[in-house]
Order: sequence, then C-alpha cells, then structure tokens
Amino acid sequence: MSATFLGMPGNFPKNSEKAVQNSQLRFNLRKATHTIRGKRASVVGELPDWQELRAAGKAIKDHTLRNLDRYLLQLEDAVTTAGGAVHWARDAAEANRIVTELVKATGEREVVKVKSMATQEIGLNEALAQHGITAYETDLAELIVQLGDDFPSHILVPAIHRNRSEIREIFLDKMPGVSADLTDDPPALTEAARLHLRERFLRSKVAISGANFMVAESGTLVVLESEGNGRMCLSLPETLISVVGIEKLLPSWRDLEVFLQLLPRSSTGERMNPYTSMWTGAVEGQDFHLVLLDNGRTDVLADEVGRQALRCIRCSACLNVCPVYERAGGHAYGSVYPGPIGAILTPQLRGMSSELDASLPYASSLCGACYEVCPVAIDIPEVLVDLRAKAPHAAAEKAGMKVAGWVLDDHERLAKAQRAASRLRKVVPRRLPGPLSAWTDTRDVPEIPEEPFRDWWKRTGGGASEEAE
Amino acid sequence: MRVALFITCVNDTLFPGTGKAVVSLLRRLGCEVDFPAAQTCCGQMHVNTGYRTEGVRLARHFTEVFAGYDAVVAPSGSCAAMVREQYPKLARPGSRGAAAIEEVAPKVYELSEFLIDVLKVDDVGAYFPHRVTYHPTCHSLRGLRLGDRPLRLLRNVRGLELVPLPGAEECCGFGGTFAVKNPAISAAMGADKTRNILDTGAEVLCAADNSCLMHIGGTLGRQRAGVRAMHLAEILASTEEAR
Repeated sequence: MSATFLGMPGNFPKNSEKAVQNSQLRFNLRKATHTIRGKRASVVGELPDWQELRAAGKAIKDHTLRNLDRYLLQLEDAVTTAGGAVHWARDAAEANRIVTELVKATGEREVVKVKSMATQEIGLNEALAQHGITAYETDLAELIVQLGDDFPSHILVPAIHRNRSEIREIFLDKMPGVSADLTDDPPALTEAARLHLRERFLRSKVAISGANFMVAESGTLVVLESEGNGRMCLSLPETLISVVGIEKLLPSWRDLEVFLQLLPRSSTGERMNPYTSMWTGAVEGQDFHLVLLDNGRTDVLADEVGRQALRCIRCSACLNVCPVYERAGGHAYGSVYPGPIGAILTPQLRGMSSELDASLPYASSLCGACYEVCPVAIDIPEVLVDLRAKAPHAAAEKAGMKVAGWVLDDHERLAKAQRAASRLRKVVPRRLPGPLSAWTDTRDVPEIPEEPFRDWWKRTGGGASEEAE
Repeated sequence: MRVALFITCVNDTLFPGTGKAVVSLLRRLGCEVDFPAAQTCCGQMHVNTGYRTEGVRLARHFTEVFAGYDAVVAPSGSCAAMVREQYPKLARPGSRGAAAIEEVAPKVYELSEFLIDVLKVDDVGAYFPHRVTYHPTCHSLRGLRLGDRPLRLLRNVRGLELVPLPGAEECCGFGGTFAVKNPAISAAMGADKTRNILDTGAEVLCAADNSCLMHIGGTLGRQRAGVRAMHLAEILASTEEAR
C-alpha cells in the first residue's frame, strides 16, 4: 500500500541535503530529465504556433477559473443528463468518505486504479484500506511505487527514482506469481507487469480514476495515457468512480483542440500520447460517479497572484527542466506535487504552517526555466516570490534582513559599513559565521577590496585624476 | 544624453574593479557617466527573500536617485531585470510610485544592452588574448533576453578565443539567498556548472553578473581549478595598453 504524504517531516534544505548525495538518484534523475528535455524541445520546436497555443491555453484556463461556478454547474447538469452521478467534496476527508461509501455499496473489496494525482493528494488508498478495501494501482510506475511501499517522486513518472534492477527486486519480492528468473531487461519487466495487471483488469468490478480534463458543455471526461491501463480500467469494470480537481474543467469540446496539442508535447515529449479515452456519463451496464474535489482549490482561486497555479494541466515539463528538482528529486518536497509547480501549489493547498511547507517557496533559485516551458504560462517565479512574502520568517533571519535593509537605506551608512569591511579585509576567516557558513562550506569568499567603488569615485573624480597621470 | 552609472551594492562593495572597467570603457567610447552618490541597492535581495516592505523602500529610493537621467547603466543582469521586470509589480497601479517606476525603469540598461542598443557599437576596440567561455546567467537569459549581445561583443575582442559552454542555459545555483538557504543544492548546481566550464579548457569564465560569478568563481577557487572568473565589463575594458 503506498504511503501517505500527509504530515511529512523535515524541510526542503534538510531533505535535499540527503538526496543530493544519493548517487543512484542523481544518476537516474539526470539521465531521465536531460533525455526528456531534449524530446520536449524537439516536438515543441516542430510547431510554428507554439507560443500562440500557450497563450490560448492560458486564456482558456483563466476564463474557466473566472467562471468556475457557472461551468461546474453546467458540467454537473451534463454528466447527470448522460446518466452519471455527481458528488461534491469540500475536502480530502469528504472525498474519501464519498468514495468509500460508493465502493462499499457495490459490495466489492478490491478496486483497480488509474493513475490519479488527486487521489494521492487526498490519501485515498490509505482511507480505503482502513475500511478493508484494497486499491490496486495499474499504471506501471504507480504499481512499482505501490509494491515498493514507496512515495511517488514525479507527477508523470512517479518511479523515476528507481532503476531497472531496483524494479526487478521489487517485482521479485512483492509481485504475486512472478517468475524467479525474471531479468531486469525492460521488455521482461513490462511483460511481468502486463501479466500481473491483466488478471486485475479482468477480475475487478470497480475502478477509480482521475481525469486530465472535464468538458462542461458535454459532460465528457478525458484521460491521456501511455500504457492502456486507463482504457482497461475505464471500460471493463461495472462501476467507475472519477475523483477530479475542480480546476480540471474546460468550457467546451473545442477547447480540447488546444490542450491535446499542449499536453503530450509538454509531458512525454510526444506529438500524441498512445491512448486518449473520453467518456460521457455512464455507458450501458456501467455506473459512473464523478467526485468533484475542492480541497483548498477555491482558496487558491481567491489569491490574485497564486491563482495562476490552477491553470496547471499536470504535464510536468517544469519538473523536467528544474535544476533544483534534478538534484533533489521529488521526495524532498514532501508532497505528491513536487518540483516547481509543487513549490507553488502545495503551500497554497496545505498552507505554510509546517516547517516543510514553509520551506517550499524557497526551493528555487528563481532561474525561470519552468516558466519558459509551462504550456499554460504559469509565472512560477512570480508566485514563488509572492509566497515568500507570505511565508513565516525565522527571527534570526528577520533581524539580519532588517539590519541589511537599514544599512542599504542610506548611502552614508552603507559607505561606513563598506569601509569597516575593507579595514578587516586581511582578517576574513576561511569560515564565515552563522548562516553564512553555508557559503564557505563549499565556496571561497571573494577578496574584500581596499576601498568600495563609491570611495574610489570620490577620491579620483571618477578615474579622471588617475587617467591624467 | 545624461547617463548614470548604477554600480549595484555587490559591485560597489566587493567588485569595484568592474565599476572602474565600465567607466573606463564608456569613456573610451566617448560616453561620460554620472555617479549619483546617494545610490544604494535595487532591493532585489529583500524582495526575492520575502521582505517586501524593505525591498519597496529600496526601490522607491532607486527611482528617486535616478530620476531625470536619459539612461542608467547597470553592470548586472539581475539588477537591471529587477528594475525593469519586477519594479512595475511593486507599486499600486495609478500611484505616485507607479508613475516614478514607469519613468525610470525603461531607462535602465544592462551593460551589453547599453553598448549595442544605445551606443550602437558591438566592437569596443578591446584586446584580451585568452580563451574565454561565457555563462549567460538566468536574468540575462530569460528576464532581459539579452540574446547574443554579450557574445557579439566578445567575438569582436581581439585575441580572444571564445569557446561555447556546454549546458550554458542551466542555472549556476547562486539564486541570491538561495545560495545559503539551500546550500546543498546550490553547491550541487555549482559543481555541475564548474565541470562544464572546465570541460571547455577555458582560462577565463565570463558573465554579466558578479553575483553569479561570486558563486561560480568561489566554487572554482575552492577546487583550486585555476580558472579565473571575470565580469564582461573587465574584458571589454581591456586593451593592449591597459590590461
């Protein structure tokens, strides 16, 4: 059973300090992210109108978010008319309760799952387990994470922190019925997973999914996937329950034209993903339930700067270009949403009262690579800086920044401080004190000059007297 | 044209040589600059670390100090980007502060922008006979979109052998207070940046920002790598007579 992120300890600097020394993790992440960066750049480069598509994606999402109340009601109407049932979940607890009741009502004690970040966000598997219901992940990477009793570390490829020999170990250890001479050859591993999952697909009467998009106009849900497990789970079982964040809404069928171009190129670096499934309400012989999830999203919507995070279509392009994510890995963020989008979404959904969540807006050098690749143009650095202004500040840091601000407020004060530093230039310790020791742990400090620039300017008339010599 | 030099607090305090190079370079190109002594800091450190009040105060001071100039030259991509990109977001629309920012911000140029876009020169008559590799720094690359301006300037420096830097677009890991708040990741990023630099066989690492150079240069120094970190201004100021 995959573990829950709720109540993760530590903070990002501490967690990433450990991760950064893990050579296997560093190797896996570097290889995977650099490869996918290239693929993404290549397929995006093929489209002459990529920037227009981005702008359209941003505009459609902003419009939808501005009118979310209207579109949600329209969606509910359309889904209900098409034979589905719509449930509204204010928070994780309510969503888990609704889903548990729905499953119990079928009499089944096993469900199959299509990969869904939303269900991980609310800890659904754990909640079901408490009621004696086992949820089996069918997405290969989620299966690996589940069998390994692990946490997902990436939005799209949750087992990116595992390599093939680790996966083989996990299968040998935990996958029922697997052959003892299983190799770590990817086709062999895939075949073992296929055989294992095929049994589950054919046996299971209840499936739980998320969705990439929900179309208000028609009541259609859309799932984009690579493996076909989604298609199996959506079509075979008698009962389908979809848990979807309210921000996944699109107004009309036509809007898919934009997003079906933006998403595959941004996520897997493909022109089109292998399986796109769309379903409207319930098909004959199937019960369909849509659970609309808020869980903090309307609070995010209320924030003028932060609401752009709700445009996210969970492509993970930002994770794949982030130099911080590349070296820290997903676990360091302590959330199902790691990386740049995680750094702005997690603190908004969970608040910043925990040490971990308060550290997330700082898990960035503000390089802007994420903003550049985001298909819906979320200005992640802007939201990070805004969250930093709202985050709790440690007393010592606050004091230091106040002093720095005071010195910088007045040029005479600044000059005095500079001259004092210059006088001490010969006695700069190899190791700086306090928080600045973090600098000298890995870097030399620059030599302090004899005089600051402003004194040189004053003394020489801007170099005029020097050049006259 | 009245041109002011915004030296930046980092250069003022730790890298006056860069400021001297800018003054001498511009003088050589026939452009004299003022140095309004009341200047201090653009406020980037405070704003980006979450101390908006102090940052806004520093921004206000900046707009007061540099009001009335036709151009302000800043030998720092991050400071120029702070003023041009972030200042407009700091003031309430329609306020006096917003008007002051609207007046000053567009006149602030990073050095290579000033040389190419305002003075309209890309050959500054420099001489620097060394193998150099150039790191574009994130604010220069993605904020200001300097493009190939610095490279054009470097390519016209006599004697200079310019070699491309692998992974040039990857952040060096400085990130302001990030360098001390997330030191492990900062060091890991610095390690990869220095590895790429060493792979070029260059003698000199050049960039338009001394803050990033402080981090990369400090890392190279700790490794005793023997590669010098130099600001773009100092290379461009270099001539046969003065090196």
